[in-house]
Amino acid sequence: MTTLQVIDASGRNHTVDAIDGLSVMEATRAFDLGIAGECEGSLACATCHVWIDDAWKPRVGEPSAQEAEMLDCAFNVRETSRLSCQIRVSPDLDGLLMSVPHK
Amino acid sequence: MSICETDVAVIGAGPVGLFAVFALGQVGLSAVVIDALHEAGGQCAALYPEKPIYDIPSRASITGAALIEDLLTQANSYAPDYRLGHRVRSLLGDNGRFDLGLSDGSQVRAGAVLIAAGAGAFGPNRPPLDGLAAYEGHSVFYSVRTASRFRNQHVVIAGGGDSAADWAVQLAGIAASVTVIHRRSAFRAAPATMASIHLLAEENRIAVVAPGVLHGIEGDRSVLHAVLVDQGRGEIRRLPADVLLCFFGLAKDASAMASWQIGAGRDGIPVDPRSCETCRPGIYAIGDIAHYPSKLKLILTGFAEAATAAHAARHRLRPDQAFHFEYSTARGQPTKAAAAGHADPFANIAAT
Repeated sequence: MTTLQVIDASGRNHTVDAIDGLSVMEATRAFDLGIAGECEGSLACATCHVWIDDAWKPRVGEPSAQEAEMLDCAFNVRETSRLSCQIRVSPDLDGLLMSVPHK
Repeated sequence: MSICETDVAVIGAGPVGLFAVFALGQVGLSAVVIDALHEAGGQCAALYPEKPIYDIPSRASITGAALIEDLLTQANSYAPDYRLGHRVRSLLGDNGRFDLGLSDGSQVRAGAVLIAAGAGAFGPNRPPLDGLAAYEGHSVFYSVRTASRFRNQHVVIAGGGDSAADWAVQLAGIAASVTVIHRRSAFRAAPATMASIHLLAEENRIAVVAPGVLHGIEGDRSVLHAVLVDQGRGEIRRLPADVLLCFFGLAKDASAMASWQIGAGRDGIPVDPRSCETCRPGIYAIGDIAHYPSKLKLILTGFAEAATAAHAARHRLRPDQAFHFEYSTARGQPTKAAAAGHADPFANIAAT
């Protein structure tokens, strides 16, 4: 079990217990935080878009080329943007902090 | 206002909706198929036409587009009435007689309704710009029907894929100016199109602002005057514009179903898996939109649900007709007689 921290669009912090091996999208979308997964993680949409906290970004890494292309269909994209369906939950991401994008 | 009558209204022309047409035809029911997009195929055709699918039974590998093509052939055995490019706005009525109000004002009257809406109706992915709605359809567009309406206009195109690039090239010869805005300096569009773009840019017939993202729009009521572009580092650039074309892909909208009293929510539409019927008698849900314990969101699951719902609908709509069951191999290929919407062509055969 790995702990994720998600800051929703209103600024409230939520703690999510995530099972290792699931994507961050799969682990968080059931909690009405603003992270969806309409294409079920197939890189055909951008509804799982999150901002990774600056300090965590290096550990999480950069989007793949295909992921970067799908981010073209997201809004309020930042340097720290990732599609959360492409990030796998694992023990070395324990405490991962991310925000739900907003204006 | 046109009214069209049918046995079953199928909402959604994706793989499961299309197979439902065939399944309904197999039990002698006619269908009208409604979809928000102008082409059938749902997510398979819209999002991954060239991608191979590996988990369709009997198909080791089949592309999204090929799957839809075959499903269309199968569905068209029963000559359904397609209403593509329309949304269902209202769903009124009761078991046995439903009235669907479509976005163009037309009505569909059906004895039963099959909702195969996937994750919701497809529509354009709209940028979150203040005041955008007032301009949509007047000076902000998500598709182009006739390029000539942009003659001598200052056009700004937002997007980095084939739609944005193709239209930039096409409109360069017609518009007063064309400016393309894209989030990254690298575009997704086909190399040949990008070569044309670069050529036109060198000739000053197209301007490319990349990286750049839409920051806002300025205008008066529905008349656009300018598009504001954020070029990063706090630089906001004002581009005079008459038209803004946005190509950010598709978004799904399942909100219309919230008012249909079928329990539609974040998990989809709850159904009884034995019939795929919703809590409203005569309304069924199949495919990804249908929800029940242990539901699998696979196309093959949707196919099975289509058959289940078709049989359940037949039972509702033809309660007095014995259902003579035959495997499709015994019955043979679907015939035009069935396609002409006659009542169950096998009604005269006594049940064994």
